[in-house]
Amino acid sequence: MAGLIIAESAIFTIFVVAYLFYLGKSLTGPTPREVLETPIFYTICLLSSSLTIHFAAKSLERDYRRLFLCLWLLTIALGGLFLYGTAQEWHRLIYEHGLTISTNLFGTTYYSLVGLHAFHVTAGLIMLSLVAIFGLIGRVGVSQSDRVAVLSMYWHFVDAVWVVVFTVVYVVGR
Amino acid sequence: MASDAITVPLGQTEARPWVDTLHQWLTTVDHKRLGILYMLSALFFLAIGGVEALIIRIQLMHSHNDFVSPEVFNRMFTMHGTTMIFFVAMPVLFGFANYLVPLMIGARDMAFPRLNAFSFWLSFLGGLLLYFSFLGGSGLYGAGSAPDVGWWAYAPLGARAFSPGHSSDYWTLSLLVSGFGSIGTAINIIATILCMRCPGMKLSRMPLLAWLNLVMGGMVLIAITPLSAAQIMLLIDRYLGGHFFDTQAGGSAVLWMHFFWIFGHPEVYILVIPAFAFLSEIIPVFSRKPIFGYPVMVAATVAIGLVSTSVWAHHMFTIGMNSYASSFFAITTMAVGVPTGIKIFNWIGTMWGGKIQFKVPMLFCIGFLFQFLIAGLTGIIQSCVPFDWQLSLSYFVVAHFHYVIVGGILFAIFGAFYYWYPKMSGRMLSERLGKWHFWLFLIGFHMTFDVMHIPGLLGMPRRIYTYEPGRGWDTLNLIISIGAFIQALAILVFVANLVISYFKGARAGNDPWDAWTLEWSTSSPPPTYNFATVPTVGSRRPLWDLKHPEDPDSRYE
Repeated sequence: MAGLIIAESAIFTIFVVAYLFYLGKSLTGPTPREVLETPIFYTICLLSSSLTIHFAAKSLERDYRRLFLCLWLLTIALGGLFLYGTAQEWHRLIYEHGLTISTNLFGTTYYSLVGLHAFHVTAGLIMLSLVAIFGLIGRVGVSQSDRVAVLSMYWHFVDAVWVVVFTVVYVVGR
Repeated sequence: MASDAITVPLGQTEARPWVDTLHQWLTTVDHKRLGILYMLSALFFLAIGGVEALIIRIQLMHSHNDFVSPEVFNRMFTMHGTTMIFFVAMPVLFGFANYLVPLMIGARDMAFPRLNAFSFWLSFLGGLLLYFSFLGGSGLYGAGSAPDVGWWAYAPLGARAFSPGHSSDYWTLSLLVSGFGSIGTAINIIATILCMRCPGMKLSRMPLLAWLNLVMGGMVLIAITPLSAAQIMLLIDRYLGGHFFDTQAGGSAVLWMHFFWIFGHPEVYILVIPAFAFLSEIIPVFSRKPIFGYPVMVAATVAIGLVSTSVWAHHMFTIGMNSYASSFFAITTMAVGVPTGIKIFNWIGTMWGGKIQFKVPMLFCIGFLFQFLIAGLTGIIQSCVPFDWQLSLSYFVVAHFHYVIVGGILFAIFGAFYYWYPKMSGRMLSERLGKWHFWLFLIGFHMTFDVMHIPGLLGMPRRIYTYEPGRGWDTLNLIISIGAFIQALAILVFVANLVISYFKGARAGNDPWDAWTLEWSTSSPPPTYNFATVPTVGSRRPLWDLKHPEDPDSRYE
């Protein structure tokens, strides 16, 4: 998993570099300053989900299954909320501001970078849900705690990437 | 040690119908079978890529030749480059890594056998996808068939306007798919080496082949992924109307070049480091001495891995970077020569004073030493920015990188085939045919690629489908083409040797070369489980310790 994370980091690095490189190079509007709003609430959701998954994995190690399941479902809910936030933002950008992936360079790089991250969140949510389903039918026990730990590592990575994306897109980029 | 085998109950050893055998090979997760599948697929694509090279050489044999049309010529050099790098060199090296790394570190399989099978099929089907473009690449507009944008597909050539139809999409998708395969294999190799070593196999006792493949795996992780990312961007440009590389909307063609070469240059080292690994195993055995300067070899490899990630823009001196950037990349490029030089000295140091046996694997390794040195020297020449301005995009560059890849990497791969074939098949390759192969290939290689430097210096650009008479290029190109055919003949001898020796070769036994690493302690070919009992090692040369209990290495390390 560490290897995969290194590889994924390299992919994200390239997209971040492209985003930074093309900042302010768009020939037509809209620009980030005009249309982007900082999604503080949803960011808090995603970052706190890192906390919940951490404690979920820990409680599984100690075989507190019920606590694990509660925290795990909470993680999924928080991740889902974040995705909903992204979807809402995209909806606003597309229908209110007319910004699509082919409008200008900002659109291209913004949707690619945020979309790549959202794709990873989605993939993560699918894997988390699978574990949740197995958990609900009582198949996740201490013996699986290693695998759950690996999955939580992936989720931490997705969160960490969001910190970078957030900084680049909403702080530096505006 | 682990030489005794587990007895298989009689019922399981009976001959099976061929459908069963085929089914076993298709569904296998055994690292040895996957390794062999990697090599077979590489040989398959080598034949195709070789034919493409011959078509290019026939076309350029004399001026104003019209053997193929300019469009076909463009497709040929694009497909030749893409095939040889992604579907010949990488798979064959991954194949050896797959086969040898677990055996050398005393493991029973790779860390993730199913991921391993998945990666192989991704990379093989990626290759087939690329070649399907000949049939399916015409797309809706009926324009073009195979990709014809060059192996680096510089923007805006890859854009929709300049590459209509689907030919470039096949190129993009096949590299994306096989790239994911490479990442899977790299993760697998790293995890295997870090987690599956047998008792006593400390990192400092690991065979150099394992060490070098560890570095290679790390480089794949950080070098292949930028290519995948750039391919995703190109797909967004082509299908979603993005503007990453669209200069008319403020995008940048140069950014594509940067992304491509951030992959492209480390890729050379991804290919050459496993070749170094073969040398580091073969030269000591045929010099009858342990490797000279083991820790320095490891350090030099890691240094090459690190430095090579910051040299990419030396492919781009002619785009007009500022002088600071140019100087930086020129200096880093020259700096790579230092650890590489250390390695060459260490191999010579290993041979120095040894009882050298000139068997075929050793011949190829010695050929490597000479040719790789020259290739390195022409590389240093081109790292001088003003000189590169003169020579960039000429045949000098083509000669240089073929010197690296054919004269260096391919020679090492041939050496590895001759060295490990007995382990894989249980039969020796014929020495006589092997020598024919070596000398024919050597002569053909030097006819082609030594001479190729000269038209480059005379100003012949690469990728032209024909040229004017009377520029002094005709005779040279004829010699180059004849050399190419001699190489093709040598490859035929090699393939004949592989096939004939499989049926008629002398029995190899466990350890035909009197070597020292763990793979020779088990039977040839090794059983599925590799080692009946997991071995324990006490030094860098476990088999030496076993054969010479009175004077083991472990006493000195």
